[in-house]
Amino acid sequence: MIWLDTIVQGVLLGGLYALFAAGLSLVFGIMRLVNLAHGDLIVLAAFLILVLVTALGLNPFLAALVALPIMFVAGWLLQFFVFNRTLGDDILPPLLVTFGLSIVIQNGLLETFSADSRRIGTGALANQSVSLGGVHVGLMPLLTFLSAIAVIVALNQLFYRTALGRAFRATSDDAVTAGLMGVEPKRLFATATGIAMIVVTIAALYLGTRANFDPSIGPARLIYAFEAVIIGGLGSFWGTLFGGMIIGVAQTFGAAFNPAWQILAGHIAFLLVLLVRPRGLFPRAVD
Amino acid sequence: MDSSPTIWRVETRTRASTAFAVVVVLLVILGFAAPLFLSRGAIRDLFFILTMLVLAQNWNLLAGYAGLVSVGQQAFVGFGGYAMFAAVALWRLDPMPAILLAGVAAFLLGIPTAFFTFRLQGAYFAIGTWVIAEVVRLVMAEWRTLGGGTGTSLPFGAVHHMWGVKSVERLFGVRAPEAGDILAYWLALVLVLVTIGFIYGLLRSKRGLGLAAVRDNLQAARAVGVDPTRMKALVYLAASFLTGLAGALIYIQKGRIAPDAAFSVIDWTAYVIFIVVIGGIGTIEGPIVGVIVFFILQNTLADYGSWYLMLLGLISVGVMLFAPRGLWGLFADRTGIQLFPIRRSLRSGPTIRTSKGV
Repeated sequence: MIWLDTIVQGVLLGGLYALFAAGLSLVFGIMRLVNLAHGDLIVLAAFLILVLVTALGLNPFLAALVALPIMFVAGWLLQFFVFNRTLGDDILPPLLVTFGLSIVIQNGLLETFSADSRRIGTGALANQSVSLGGVHVGLMPLLTFLSAIAVIVALNQLFYRTALGRAFRATSDDAVTAGLMGVEPKRLFATATGIAMIVVTIAALYLGTRANFDPSIGPARLIYAFEAVIIGGLGSFWGTLFGGMIIGVAQTFGAAFNPAWQILAGHIAFLLVLLVRPRGLFPRAVD
Repeated sequence: MDSSPTIWRVETRTRASTAFAVVVVLLVILGFAAPLFLSRGAIRDLFFILTMLVLAQNWNLLAGYAGLVSVGQQAFVGFGGYAMFAAVALWRLDPMPAILLAGVAAFLLGIPTAFFTFRLQGAYFAIGTWVIAEVVRLVMAEWRTLGGGTGTSLPFGAVHHMWGVKSVERLFGVRAPEAGDILAYWLALVLVLVTIGFIYGLLRSKRGLGLAAVRDNLQAARAVGVDPTRMKALVYLAASFLTGLAGALIYIQKGRIAPDAAFSVIDWTAYVIFIVVIGGIGTIEGPIVGVIVFFILQNTLADYGSWYLMLLGLISVGVMLFAPRGLWGLFADRTGIQLFPIRRSLRSGPTIRTSKGV
């Protein structure tokens, strides 16, 4: 039964990683931009929610709802005025600009909030659990996992059922031709990053309520997110969820053997997948 | 009709570079003589500048010439440091050969690293190298005989009895710790010369042309018979070796190693990227300018802690957006001066007089 428990915990943890990864996957899929500041943006959003909770006394879920439009606008502006200038054939400018931004966000947060560990309190919700076929799971992890599924479903609906999604796919395939059809890539990219920031805010809500966070943990979240995207295969949202679950299960199994191996086990699972399926398990995009 | 043939030569030399070569020779002599007239503190500062320059030149070789944007160079710095510590503390080797051994160890680490990360394209390569660095850090933190997660110090006196320290003590009339600093500084100077010499030699060679071709147009380079993966692997492994040497040298001087500091992405990759970006990526002069700017900024602003890092990040974002070729790029564009020219130009030599005369 302990094995089943470990697997279930791992799968639920994978939901959190999938939330980290979905925004990264979305932005990469549309404009081939890898945002090295992605993890730090999640931490930034977590601090924003924390501020809303402590300053206004809001419920964390309500605070996240308030943070959503703020982060959307921030993402939109960031893409429109900064990242758009870096897009092109050369991969160097976007990488270096987002890397610089990552350092700026980390140290800005450090200066504003100090290096102390924080946590967004959820009151009684934090300790509640439900029984699923003999396995007790925490309500928050379950909620995280269900949110991850909801986000993946919503992103798939957006991508394949709406005019905006069609424009996303068209621009992803051929930005020049899409431009001729009346799509304005710069605004479209800004919207995409804005949507990614909405996912980031949802991820931040669960990051901040489930565990402690501080300004320095962003890069590690970026790495988990990245591993989930690569394992799943570029361009597939469901693949990203599955990739997150693999990292999660590997980590909980690693931790079951030796707490020091938790993170290492996740990385090794990633390297093994890279070894046997370099393009991921469910690749959709060609590159 | 003048029938005398004109001899055409392919040259990379420019007038500025010839004058600069003389300056370099003088600078190198001055550099080796520096311990005669500089304080111990200044020698330590120079050591820091030189080791950062080695890291910057290597990162620039990867990112600026081979298109391999690595965010995981701390893997080789830390691994080089740990290999040197293992050789000195566990196998009782002299630090001098231990540094070389560390370079070889970093080279060997580069082989599986390249095997994995070369499966990832472009931006994903960058994060892939970061994952490897994390894996190496976590594994090293499990190495209990070298202190595990908390780290360890070099055995007392190991550096004081290093080969050559006795001679330096006699030569300068100083005590062992200062002699150790001087020796480490000289080694750093040699490493800088070897690194720049290697990179410049590589870029001027046929392989360097291949490298530039791969960077500028992969398909065209393939079509004329350049094997891009081979070229990139060669550059990656060479950079691993040199970065490992630099890591070992840095930790000879620090005398204490711990996984979090040895594999710090800020210290060994972020700073290095800032140096190269601010100085000018894709040139040999860029990192030299960058490391000087970096040192001045650090000395004036280091008291401001995270504000300083934030400013450094903002500057490099600004440079990347508005002057992507960095300070040296701006300077070279205005003056046309190249100190390490690699562009080949065709020049006609003096016409050879034939016996008929002209």
